[in-house]
Amino acid sequence: MIEFERVTKRFGSWTAVDAVSFTVAEGEFRVLIGPSGSGKSTVLRMINRLIPADEGAIRIDGEDIASLKPEELRRRMGYVIQSVGLFPHWTVERNIATVPGLLGWPKARIRDRVTELLELLNLDPRRYRSAYPHQLSGGQQQRVGVARALAAEPRILLMDEPFSALDPITRASLQTELSAIHRRTGTTVVFVTHDMDEALRLGDSIAVMDHGRLIQCASPLDILTRPASPLVRDLVGREEWGLKRLAVETVGDRARRQESAAGEPLAAETPLHRALSEMVARGTERLPVVDGDGRPAGVLHLSDLVRPSTGGTA
Amino acid sequence: MTVAGMAPREFLTDRLILGLVALVALVLGMPSLKPLFATLYPGLDRPLYEAESFVRLTLDHMALVGISSLAAILLGGGAGIAVTRPWGREFRGLLETVATMGQTFPPVAVLALAVPVMGFGPEPALIALTLYALLPVVENTVAGLDGVPAPVLDSARGLGMGPAEMLFRVELPLAAPVILAGVRTAVIINVGTAAIASTVGAKTLGLPIIVGLNGSNQAYVIQGALIVAALAVVIDAGFDRLAIWLARWSQH
Repeated sequence: MIEFERVTKRFGSWTAVDAVSFTVAEGEFRVLIGPSGSGKSTVLRMINRLIPADEGAIRIDGEDIASLKPEELRRRMGYVIQSVGLFPHWTVERNIATVPGLLGWPKARIRDRVTELLELLNLDPRRYRSAYPHQLSGGQQQRVGVARALAAEPRILLMDEPFSALDPITRASLQTELSAIHRRTGTTVVFVTHDMDEALRLGDSIAVMDHGRLIQCASPLDILTRPASPLVRDLVGREEWGLKRLAVETVGDRARRQESAAGEPLAAETPLHRALSEMVARGTERLPVVDGDGRPAGVLHLSDLVRPSTGGTA
Repeated sequence: MTVAGMAPREFLTDRLILGLVALVALVLGMPSLKPLFATLYPGLDRPLYEAESFVRLTLDHMALVGISSLAAILLGGGAGIAVTRPWGREFRGLLETVATMGQTFPPVAVLALAVPVMGFGPEPALIALTLYALLPVVENTVAGLDGVPAPVLDSARGLGMGPAEMLFRVELPLAAPVILAGVRTAVIINVGTAAIASTVGAKTLGLPIIVGLNGSNQAYVIQGALIVAALAVVIDAGFDRLAIWLARWSQH
């Protein structure tokens, strides 16, 4: 658990972070979003003490980070940045092994862990283990960057616009993989972005920042349906609002459980905007739904998509 | 890069090996060239410099260059590292000024100033050569460390490397080629400058050159200059080899 209590950071006369308080629960995927200069990256970099706080307290699992050695604190967290920052003179394997090496893991354990991580990030270990960073594409480099951050099984993963420099297709696949990794490992993630679609897609909760202040911290649904300020509404945008609204709920949330129907079923965790797309593509108003184990889990009707739910409308 | 692993053609065209062969041949074989110099300069009573053996002069020359370069590497490298640390940043301007002054000062002037303090001999020469070699080492150490990309440093720090781990595992290996280029410049300059050190009584390959200039004996000048030139070629080629080894080491 990460706690910020009235944390302030000034650079000269400029207040980058202004008395910010929030809590990130264990295992939560928290997105920090805001315009440039809003203080979101500064908040992230204060969690691992790359930037020291001027006022207030930052606690991790109840422990004030000011009382810890910065290097030890950082080795317990993963850190991924937009420009990747792989060590150009080291192989992929040695890059990934950075933190386990610093922690003094035995060689065999490090090697196994590198293999495991390369597979987790969809990089063939035989092909990429001994490659150098300059031999990889931008997307592959960031995969290695994520693997390096995860290497020592950190309980907290800090990511500063990690996918912003990638092309849309690579970005989408890394987002999907990151979601899966988060679900599987239960790591607490703090993720900075300026892209609301990315925030809605990845976050369990979204904290919106502006001018060093925390404007709103809420679930993606609430950010969409109950924006706390015009800025939040602008960040979400009017364009395709309905599709964004659908994207934050899954088929399982709205399916009629008792019914059944014929046809190619959708997985219950499919976002609703995909279901809508699927209905248009198939020319049908009803789609069968299956749960994670492939068992029938009801039917989704077109009318269910426009039904005003708990979240209300814009 | 073992000699045994080389094809014959490669072996014969290798600059380091050719230079070494030429250097050894010149140093050991100079006395046998006496008849040649006697023919070239029939007016000279003593066409071969025989006051000191060329082997002795070459070894002393190399020692002087080696010690002064090593001192410049330790001092200049250490200072270059210090001024790129957070605690030493303020001294960067001062260091660069001092190092530039060290090089703009003519070596002869340094020698002349050092002699009254330290007397004749190799000591004032060591001081002058060390000062002279300082600038390229300092400049390249600072430039090399400055050239390490900021995201690399950010992620090194963010992953939990301490200052020493960052310096030795990331910064120095990445800066090494640039630092080595500075050391190379410094050593090559010193091979030539060390010859001048003979004016204050250091025994170097400059001795036959200076004696020859004073006594209008061109044969002496040529004998000293030939060996200095061969030495410079060998050292230059040696640095080429070193750069290749270093590239491999830094990827280790």
